[in-house]
Amino acid sequence: MLDVEKDREPVIWAEGLTKRFGKVQALDGLDLSVPAGTCYGLLGPNGAGKTTAVRVFATITRPDGGEVRVAGHDVVRDARQVRRQIGLAGQHAALDEELTGRENLQIIGRLFHLGRRTARRQADHLLEKYSLDHAADRLVKTYSGGMRRRLDLIASLIISPTVLFLDEPTAGLDPRSRLQIWETVRALVADGTTVMLTTQYLDEADQLAAQIAVVDAGTVVARGTPDELKAIIGSRVDVALAPEASLADSALALRAIAADGAVPDVDEDGRTLSVPVAADSFTLPAVVRQLDSAGIDVLDVGIRRPTLDEVFLTITGNNSKAEHESLVP
Amino acid sequence: MTQPLQRKTTPLTGFGDGLTIMIRNLLKLKHKPGQIIAELIVPVVMVLLFGYVFGSAIAIENGSSYLEYLMPGLLVMGAVLGALSSLTAIARDNGLGVMDRFRSMPMERWSVPFGQTAATLVIGVVGLVTMSVVGLIFGWRAHNGLVPALGAFGLILLLYYAVSWLGAVLGSLVDNEETAARLMMLALPLVMISNVFVPTGGMPSALRALADWNPVSAAVTACRELFGNPGAPSGDLAWPMANPVPATIGASALILLVCVPLAVYRFQKEAS
Ligand SMILES: Nc1ncnc2c1ncn2[C@@H]1O[C@H](COP(=O)(O)OP(=O)(O)OP(=O)(O)O)[C@@H](O)[C@H]1O
Ligand SMILES: [Mg+2]
Repeated sequence: MLDVEKDREPVIWAEGLTKRFGKVQALDGLDLSVPAGTCYGLLGPNGAGKTTAVRVFATITRPDGGEVRVAGHDVVRDARQVRRQIGLAGQHAALDEELTGRENLQIIGRLFHLGRRTARRQADHLLEKYSLDHAADRLVKTYSGGMRRRLDLIASLIISPTVLFLDEPTAGLDPRSRLQIWETVRALVADGTTVMLTTQYLDEADQLAAQIAVVDAGTVVARGTPDELKAIIGSRVDVALAPEASLADSALALRAIAADGAVPDVDEDGRTLSVPVAADSFTLPAVVRQLDSAGIDVLDVGIRRPTLDEVFLTITGNNSKAEHESLVP
Repeated sequence: MTQPLQRKTTPLTGFGDGLTIMIRNLLKLKHKPGQIIAELIVPVVMVLLFGYVFGSAIAIENGSSYLEYLMPGLLVMGAVLGALSSLTAIARDNGLGVMDRFRSMPMERWSVPFGQTAATLVIGVVGLVTMSVVGLIFGWRAHNGLVPALGAFGLILLLYYAVSWLGAVLGSLVDNEETAARLMMLALPLVMISNVFVPTGGMPSALRALADWNPVSAAVTACRELFGNPGAPSGDLAWPMANPVPATIGASALILLVCVPLAVYRFQKEAS
C-alpha cells in the first residue's frame, strides 16, 4: 500500500523554483512534476534556464526560492540523500582529461563509496557494455568528442541511479552515436530509471520523452505529451488547385473546415491554399469530399501534421529574449 | 526496478574520499613522466646554480663552504615554492567540469582540498629527499645527528603543508590557471626577502624587519641550528630569530588555522 503510494509520488518535483545570477533571472517560478520511470524532456531556446534547472535538481546549484524534491528528498535540506540516487551527465563532459577512461570511472565509483572492488568491477562492466573497453586505458584527452560523451554518460550510470539527468546528451554526435544514446536511454527507462533530458533536437524529445516541458525565460510556457503539444498549433490542410478552379470559391469552401475563425492563406501565383484545421480528427477523404461537393477541381490535397520544431518556434517565437538581450551591447 | 548501488557511510568516509582525491591527483602525475623528471631535476639545478654561482663570491666564517650555509635555505625555499605550486594545480583542477560532477555526488566536499594538499605533500616529500641527497653528494652534512635532522625535515614539511593550504585557498579563489601562474610570481620575492641566501644583518632596517619576521627565515634559522650548519644569527635578535623553532611551528599553525577553514568553505559552498 505504502509502496504503491510512493511509486505515484513524482520523482522530480519543483514548485516556484527561482534562481538569479546577478542581473539574470535564470529561473523565474519554474513548476514541474515528473512521474517515476518516465523520460521527461526539457526544451527551450538558448539561455532559457534548462541547465540551471538541471543543476538545481542535481544539488549543484542552490535555488533562491521555491521547493524542489528529487527522489523523495528536498534538494537543499536532504541534498545528501538526493545525491545517493542520482546520476548526472552535464552539458559539458565532466571528466579528468589526464586520466584514462577506466581510471575516471574507478575514481567516481570510489567517491560514490562503492568500495574499491565494486568500483573496479562496475567500471569494467560498463566499459564493456557500452563498448568503450578498447579505449579504456587511453587518456581521455585522446578521446573523440563522441567517446567523451559516451564515457560521461557511463560515468553517470556507475551507481545505477534511480534518477538520471542528461543535459544535451547528444550535442555534437554523429547519427549513429545519437541512436546509440537513444537506445541506452530507452533501455534505462524500460528498467525503471526516471530520466530528465534537455535537448535542442526536437526529434530527440519526440522520440524519447513521454512528457515535455517547453521552458522560456525561466518558466514553463507549455507542457504535455509530444502529441498534445503538436495539437496546440494543430494540423494544416494544403490544397493545390487545378488551372480552371476559382481561388475565391476554394477559399470559401475551406473556411468550412478551418479552425475557429482561421482564414486560408492564398498563394495566387502558385495557385495553392493552406489552412489550419481544428483538430487531428480530419481525414483526407473528408477534405476531398468537402472540396468535391463545392465543385472545386484540385491537383493535390495534403494534411500536414506539425513537427515539434514548428511547435517550438510558435511557442517560444515571441518572447525568447533571454539570449538575444545579452547580445545587444 | 534496480536500487542504486551504495554502501553505508560514516563520518570518517570523508577521509576515504580525501584519500581517493589524493590518489586521483597522483595518478595524473603518473601519466606525465616529463613532470616527474622536472620535479627531480629542479633540486639538482638549484643546488648547482646557487651553490656554485653564489658560492664562488661569498665567503663563510671559519672556512666552511657556502653550500653548508646555503642548504637549509634551499631546502626551505624549495619547499615553500613547491607548496605554492599547488596553487596552479588546484586552480586548474577546480576549473574542471569534473568538480561539478563531484558536487552532485554523495562524497564529502571538504575532502577535495584535503586530498589535493595530501597529494602535494607526497610530491613535497619526494622533492625534499631528492634535494637532500643532491646536497649530500656535493658535500653538505647534518652535523648534529639523526634526531635533530629529522626534526628539521619535520619543520620543513610542516611549513610546506601549511603553505600548500595557502595555495589551495588562492587556487580556489582564482579558478584559472593563468591568473594562478601570475600569482605564483609574487611568491619569489616573498621567499627571497629572508635569510635564505644572505644573513639579514646587513639589510636596511625596514627590509631586515620584514626578513626577520618572514616565517621562511625562522624555518631556515631553525634548520641551520638543527643541522649544525653555519649562519646562526647573532647580536640583537628579533623574536622569531631568537626562537626559530616555536616561530616556525606557530607561523605554520596560524596559516593552517586560517586557510583550512577557508579552503573547506570554498568547497562546501555551492557552485554559482
Ligand atoms: N553561473 C552563472 N553566472 C551567471 N549567469 C549564469 C550562470 N549560469 C547561467 N547563467 C545565465 O542564466 C541563464 C540561463 O542559463 P542556462 O545555462 O540555464 O540556459 P540553457 O537553457 O541551459 O541554455 P543552452 O541551451 O544555451 O544550454 C542564461 O542567461 C545564463 O547566461
Ligand atoms: Mg544548457
